[in-house]
Amino acid sequence: MADILVVAEIVEGQVKKATLSAITFAREASKALGGGFDILAIGLGVEKLAGELGAFGAKKVLVADDAGVKDYVTERFAPVVAAAGKAYGVVVMTATTNGKDLAPRVAAKLNAGYAPDITGFKGDGGKLVYKRPMYAGNAFGWMTVETPIQVVSVRQTDFAPAEPSGGASAVEKVAVSADKAAEQVQFLAFEMVKSERPDLAEAKVVVSGGRSIKEKFMDVLAPLADTLGAAIGASRAACDAGYAPVELQVGQTGKVVAPQLYIAVGISGAIQHLAGMKGSKTIVAINKDPEAPIFQVADYGLVQDLFTAIPELTTAVKAAKG
Amino acid sequence: MKILVPFKRVADPENANKVKVTGAKIETAGLEWKPNPFDEYAIEAALRLTENGTNTKARLGEVTVVTFGPAECDQTLRGALATGADKAIRVDATDDQLDGVIVARALAKIVEQVKPDLVVMGKQTVDSDSNQVGQYLAEFLGWPQITFAISVKNDGGPALEVVRVGDGGVQKVKVTLPAVITVEDRIVNSASVQSAPTPATHKYQDGVRFAPLPAIMQAKKKPLEVKKLADLGIDTTPAVKYQSYEPPPARKAGVKVKTVQELVDKLKNEAKVL
Ligand SMILES: Cc1cc2nc3c(=O)[nH]c(=O)nc-3n(C[C@H](O)[C@H](O)[C@H](O)COP(=O)(O)OP(=O)(O)OC[C@H]3O[C@@H](n4cnc5c(N)ncnc54)[C@H](O)[C@@H]3O)c2cc1C
Ligand SMILES: Nc1ncnc2c1ncn2[C@@H]1O[C@H](COP(=O)(O)O)[C@@H](O)[C@H]1O
Repeated sequence: MADILVVAEIVEGQVKKATLSAITFAREASKALGGGFDILAIGLGVEKLAGELGAFGAKKVLVADDAGVKDYVTERFAPVVAAAGKAYGVVVMTATTNGKDLAPRVAAKLNAGYAPDITGFKGDGGKLVYKRPMYAGNAFGWMTVETPIQVVSVRQTDFAPAEPSGGASAVEKVAVSADKAAEQVQFLAFEMVKSERPDLAEAKVVVSGGRSIKEKFMDVLAPLADTLGAAIGASRAACDAGYAPVELQVGQTGKVVAPQLYIAVGISGAIQHLAGMKGSKTIVAINKDPEAPIFQVADYGLVQDLFTAIPELTTAVKAAKG
Repeated sequence: MKILVPFKRVADPENANKVKVTGAKIETAGLEWKPNPFDEYAIEAALRLTENGTNTKARLGEVTVVTFGPAECDQTLRGALATGADKAIRVDATDDQLDGVIVARALAKIVEQVKPDLVVMGKQTVDSDSNQVGQYLAEFLGWPQITFAISVKNDGGPALEVVRVGDGGVQKVKVTLPAVITVEDRIVNSASVQSAPTPATHKYQDGVRFAPLPAIMQAKKKPLEVKKLADLGIDTTPAVKYQSYEPPPARKAGVKVKTVQELVDKLKNEAKVL
């Protein structure tokens, strides 16, 4: 059977936008395979989301709504995905933190090979060939998965979010079961980072800062970010030093972003940082060192001290926006 | 506590932009071999868990490092032994015999032989950037996996308290051993890892430790066992195949602007992003 199963990413009762990118992949890939796709939602209370998820043209929305999957624990989610996934040719997850945690575990259960963090694919005579970044984005590999079931995680920045196509998928409840290993894991807490600003992975504009901004990190960047309706990001050095919260790290080890506009403020442009933002549409770099590598990828470079440039930029943007 | 740390050598990650990508392969000739940074972080975490931070000479447990690769990996293993690991294993194999699933299957066999209480490993290798081996291994062993760990505390009981990065925040879990833990870079921050006897007030230096010269000499006498991949008796059929490679799309060279106002004008009228 060549159908595709998309596992929705749901955090705190909300469907994450990364899911819509995975649906876009599933729509296109199911055309190449000549089948359809279904969506699986897991979590306590997710039945409420079946209507929302059913508007994208899936044949079915499978719902695992149970107290056993209230919190994300791999050993509780993976068996549910694997049990449902047996009946499909391709099982798709989001290349988010949880998706990257879950997908290889599910693949192992299904004796499947795994295509991690794909940024594209082509259909080659009924077979999918996946494109994925390697060497911090300095190379791309085209790969096939050679097992009867294939597991894939989809990089959000490279597939446009699916628009609802109308209609309503059939809803089907599925049972949950946990791995024996789940008994060894006690969930203590999830500390969600609440922010008024847009989600880093979903924002149209990102303002990112480096370690040179020091303790004033938020004071310097927040007015500009708020003027632009932007999310705030950071280099690893800024996060490591504690100037910015860890969840804001952009790069090979952090979040991958591809907004319309990325403004790098006092960031040198190490290859690991570039790995996370090189796909942005327009890149602006503000750095006092004219030789900083960030200028090699910037559409617009401004060689200035950030502490004078950023307040000035904030005022000028306000004026330009009227 | 007995800990196994899988360890891979990669082409110098600081110069990953110098790899030559031809259709048929990724050429790393000319780049030095370096330990995968995340595996160095894993070793540091394992060492901290098997010592008292105030007296790092007295070992409280045992750290075994294992790599799959050709003979030149021995040098990287000696480096790990010099920083404090107790034993090393190399499973002789060429890179083209391996993929993530094969490495995970082979690691499961090594776990059967070494019988560790815990596997600590990098969340990803920075050449393939696959981020999969730890998760496959945990499933093959039937153990819990705690991926993307940024903090591990051991209070002396049979469980570890681990903080991991999740989507939109951090998650705190308690895991009873045996388990597989994969680590983020932040695991080597000064107060990220704490063994039972280490006082809560103890602060390590940020980052991984370096081997002092005498330790490099002593490491030559530490055990390094070489095994054959074929002797592990695992299925070595590749689960995936790479067909071809391509370089990333080049970005058009941009321009330097002189003033903030010029920048704003360009963003508004040229890039049309304001
Ligand atoms: C395995 C691994 C993974 C990594 N993953 C990531 C990752 O995901 N993301 C990431 O970002 N990094 C990552 N790194 C780290 C990366 O190599 C760099 O160390 C880091 O990105 C540097 O951060 P930075 O640009 O803030 O600091 P620096 O490199 O110190 O650069 C500071 C810059 O600020 C400029 N500057 C200083 N003062 C001013 C001023 N007043 N006005 C204007 N400009 C000023 C300087 O000219 C300089 O260019 C990783 C490293 C490793 C080994
Ligand atoms: N050839 C190898 N030898 C030893 N360990 C490996 C090897 N390949 C991968 N690993 C381990 O698996 C982790 C994740 O790698 P990957 O899934 O390939 O990104 C690494 O950080 C290593 O700990």
